[in-house]
Amino acid sequence: MTTIAAPTFEWLQLAPVLTVLLAACIGIGIEALAPRRWRFLAQVVLFEVGIGVAFVFLVLSWLQPTNNLGLMAMGSISLDGPSYLMWGSLLVFALLSMLVFAERDLNNGATAFAASAASVPGSAAEAEAALARHEHSEVFPLALFSLTGMMVFVAANDLLTAFVALEVMSLPLYLLSGMARRRRLLSQEAALKYFLLGALSSAFFLFGIALTYGFSGSFDYGRISDAIADPVYGRGLLYTGMAFLAIGLLFKIGAVPFHNWVPDVYVGAPTPVTGFMAICTKLAAVGATVRVFYVALGGERWSWQPLLAVIAVVTMGVGVVIALTQTDMKRLLAYSSISHAGFILVAVVGATAGVTGQVNSFGSILFYLVAYGFATVGAFAIVTMVRDQAGEVHEISGWAGLGRKSPLLAGIFAILMLSFAGIPLTGGFIGKWAVFSAAWRGGYSWLVLAAVAFSLVAAYVYLRVIVTMFFSEPAEGVVVGKASGMTWVPVALGAFVSAYLGLFPGPLLDLVTSASTFLR
Amino acid sequence: MITLESLAPVAASGMFSYAWLMIAVPAAVAAILLLFGRILDRIGHWFAVAAVVFSFSIAVCLFSQQLLSPPDARAVAVPLFEWITTGSWQVSAGLLIDQLSILFALLVTGVGSLIHIYSVGYMAHDERRRRFFAYLNLFIAAMLTLVLADNYLVLFVGWEGVGLASYLLIGFWQHKPSAAAAGTKAFVMNRVGDLGLTMAIMTMLALFGSSAFTAVNAAAPHLDPFWATTIGLLLLLGACGKSAQVPLQAWLLDAMEGPTPVSALIHAATMVTAGVYLVVRSHAIFEMSSAASTAVVVVGCVTLLAGAWIGTSKDDIKKVLAGSTMSQIGYMMLAAGLGPVGYAFAIFHLLTHGFFKANMFLGAGSVMHAMDDDVNMRHYGGLWKVTRITFWTFAMGYLAIIGFPGFAGYFSKDHIIEAAFEVSTLAGVTALIGAGITAFYMTRLMVMTFLGEKRWREHVHPHESPKLMTVPLIILAFFSVIGGALMNAWIQDWLEPATGAHVQETSLVPGPIGWSTMLVVAAGIALAWWIFGMRPVPAVSPASANPFTVAGRNDLFGDAVNNAVVVQPTLALSRGLVANDDRIIDAGADGLASVFTGLSTQTRRLQTGQVRAYALTMMIGVLLVGAVMILTQLG
Repeated sequence: MTTIAAPTFEWLQLAPVLTVLLAACIGIGIEALAPRRWRFLAQVVLFEVGIGVAFVFLVLSWLQPTNNLGLMAMGSISLDGPSYLMWGSLLVFALLSMLVFAERDLNNGATAFAASAASVPGSAAEAEAALARHEHSEVFPLALFSLTGMMVFVAANDLLTAFVALEVMSLPLYLLSGMARRRRLLSQEAALKYFLLGALSSAFFLFGIALTYGFSGSFDYGRISDAIADPVYGRGLLYTGMAFLAIGLLFKIGAVPFHNWVPDVYVGAPTPVTGFMAICTKLAAVGATVRVFYVALGGERWSWQPLLAVIAVVTMGVGVVIALTQTDMKRLLAYSSISHAGFILVAVVGATAGVTGQVNSFGSILFYLVAYGFATVGAFAIVTMVRDQAGEVHEISGWAGLGRKSPLLAGIFAILMLSFAGIPLTGGFIGKWAVFSAAWRGGYSWLVLAAVAFSLVAAYVYLRVIVTMFFSEPAEGVVVGKASGMTWVPVALGAFVSAYLGLFPGPLLDLVTSASTFLR
Repeated sequence: MITLESLAPVAASGMFSYAWLMIAVPAAVAAILLLFGRILDRIGHWFAVAAVVFSFSIAVCLFSQQLLSPPDARAVAVPLFEWITTGSWQVSAGLLIDQLSILFALLVTGVGSLIHIYSVGYMAHDERRRRFFAYLNLFIAAMLTLVLADNYLVLFVGWEGVGLASYLLIGFWQHKPSAAAAGTKAFVMNRVGDLGLTMAIMTMLALFGSSAFTAVNAAAPHLDPFWATTIGLLLLLGACGKSAQVPLQAWLLDAMEGPTPVSALIHAATMVTAGVYLVVRSHAIFEMSSAASTAVVVVGCVTLLAGAWIGTSKDDIKKVLAGSTMSQIGYMMLAAGLGPVGYAFAIFHLLTHGFFKANMFLGAGSVMHAMDDDVNMRHYGGLWKVTRITFWTFAMGYLAIIGFPGFAGYFSKDHIIEAAFEVSTLAGVTALIGAGITAFYMTRLMVMTFLGEKRWREHVHPHESPKLMTVPLIILAFFSVIGGALMNAWIQDWLEPATGAHVQETSLVPGPIGWSTMLVVAAGIALAWWIFGMRPVPAVSPASANPFTVAGRNDLFGDAVNNAVVVQPTLALSRGLVANDDRIIDAGADGLASVFTGLSTQTRRLQTGQVRAYALTMMIGVLLVGAVMILTQLG
């Protein structure tokens, strides 16, 4: 008779995730118990403290790497350099984008979320809730739950953990997408679409897990890798499983042709939530993809590299070319985000291991994501500030002449656009350079040439926005709303870091390069 | 022969450690003028002038210090900061002040100072004068970054910076839709050129692990011919975009929508010559690939004829000069493509052209000032009596550009024609014909503008421009006269270390080619005089069925070609993709409408369709993934 070993759990090492989860649970308690007028303040303090404490745990744990690197929670979580880096970035970006959730000055003392999301749009119940100044402070715990899922997703070391994390991450996002205060039908429609298509992609992912299990006899990344090196069964199962896993992950990344949800959801969701999704979801999905493909399927890279290369080209192409003709700012940013997914995939394809001193694929991807992340957080925060009578102004024509109404804000937005475009002296340029050179060293020079060509076309998209802001007659009735620090902090930090990373990329490049060895 | 390949630049000391101030001061003044706004409306432009003059004085100091140093200590490296240092990536931002870049710095800041002063007069009544000067200073800073950079990445920063400044200044008069359109066009066409430059830099980084000029020059001789040709052609593409060479020439004519001092500074004297600088700077690469340098020669020859052709048939004085600029840069390109025999001559012509073309553009500005901003030469005539200083200074530029013996252009252009004959008779003949056409269209311009009968519109009372404008003209005219003789004996020796140029004997007595050039030029003048000087000029351009005239008037159909080859296919692609991918735009608009109108039934039906359509797209994606996986396995 086998003895059942008691499960081990490394509380201290996993404290960053647990803190976020705990904060989310306390948030639910606050919703249930605290009086209505205290809830909002309590939630805001809670999420800031929660993420802050999680970050402190992370740093403390990382400062003693000898004890704290390795497989945790019975081998289901891999705590290695990449996990630490991605957790750190996720916490920072989540904090910044959730600050925008808490902005109430722009909208006459209300947040960007519906007063009563369950009421029928246009109904008496809705009007009543708005009049009573109700608001959904549940958005904060929901985002924290999602953040928990993201953190587990990027560190998961077996496919089942990854799947559970994927769902924990996604379900709150479906809800958050449908809670916009204005244009509620559009928002609800977006949420439903996101949910249905997300369910479809999850089904693919799950099917891929099953097939991969059939091939390797294990969910564990390490065992899958061993099975690829020394297969028991034919590889047919593996290839099919690999393809389905790829589909599930590429959906979350927003790669073409699994990208249809991105523009609709980005436009429909409340803008602060869009910002949260645009960076945190993308970061988590890319992180998990890299881990699955490098750690579990690394031995089969010759099989998946061409696939991802094709997807990368199509993604960059479609994202860039469609962005050229967009007239809606959020939609433009959505297609921009699709094209960035393509650029990131270029580095994923490169799959260069860490030659000493060289920036490898993971390092370049993370640098790119950080540069992209700061620009994205700032850009979506600015979208919430450009308003007219009916709320945010999304038509690009409404942004005309913003440079004269608020030179500071338009100037910051211009910096962010330049970083997106990858113009030298911005973080985006170094990021592009890093991912391109990673792919080049991986032997994909044709892919790099294609990517460079697309990035130059893409520059036109962003420069067009700058031209509109500075060289067109100001649009009537559009103003820059007076925002509190909740919006200004992400805006200012986004611009500052975008410029800083362009001038002094060294420290971050060193950091992402030094800590990019995966464990399994 | 001392070349940079064998000689590391010496470390900066003394005056050279302050070279960065040349860039920093105009940049800082530009920022101040833009940020501090209205307070500086009245005096801001003098800060801008002071900044450029300051940069010029530093350039002069550095130049004199170089003159005093022995030849092997003239190239000075000024490291600024480590840009990227991670493992094998070492990109430092720094300046390289050598014999080549100092000449550019002198030209940019010297001519720049004069044009700034001129602009104080020219823009005196413009409401947005402060902004104009801020952009001009921004341009100076960016252009100096471009020419003083010690590696291609920093050069690229300047390259984009001058593009930005040019773009801002072309569209400066935003109230004119044509100006805005011209700005956009310059911007787009330059993107194509930048594509080439970026890819060249990326390739260099991949091959050499560095983008520093010294490293690239050192590694280039061992370069595989295929890669040398690739990099060379990509660099040429970049040069074509910036220097308005065929096939990326169309933007320069439209760029004349900008204020005239801008045309003089950016679109004649400095920025548009950056392409020539790039080719000469990359000479080590071009020497490794005969295909790439032949391509440079071909581009130069085609452009020098095309620009001259356009120049012959325009009535807009600035567009004639713009065509002429294209043509003259074509000469420089041709010289740069000839290899070591031509580098020094390319730079020589670039400098003399900087003087006489800036002179003539500013002269044209002065004429326009006199004629209430009318640019049509058919409304001019007989102006020499009322605008005497402008006339005489313009005449100096005219004699210089046609290559009248003793004037600046005579020396520089003759050398190019002779060098071209040495390398290829075809290139030589092209250059010779170009000289004839140049004489033709410039004589036409002189005659139509300054000589003949008055054809002024009503209410136009021509007058000479204020001193602020005429003094710069006089100085530039002075250099149009003596610039050539001044540098002729000296420039080859001076540039030899930086470009590896071969020093050739140049005598002041013309040889057979020199005589035939003069003959062709005289024929061009005589023909133009016969057509435009001997009989009255019609006030409306006569309808013409002559295909040469029609093509010239239409910029050789450059726009039509671009439109058909590039613009339409791109737009069609984008629209096609949108139609497939983005049907939701309509649905989204419907969704919006339904919020207000309650027509939700219709929308819901649409939306169900949408999700189904999206899911279908995903299924197609699944098939794509499957197909690629299978193909991979088969392959």
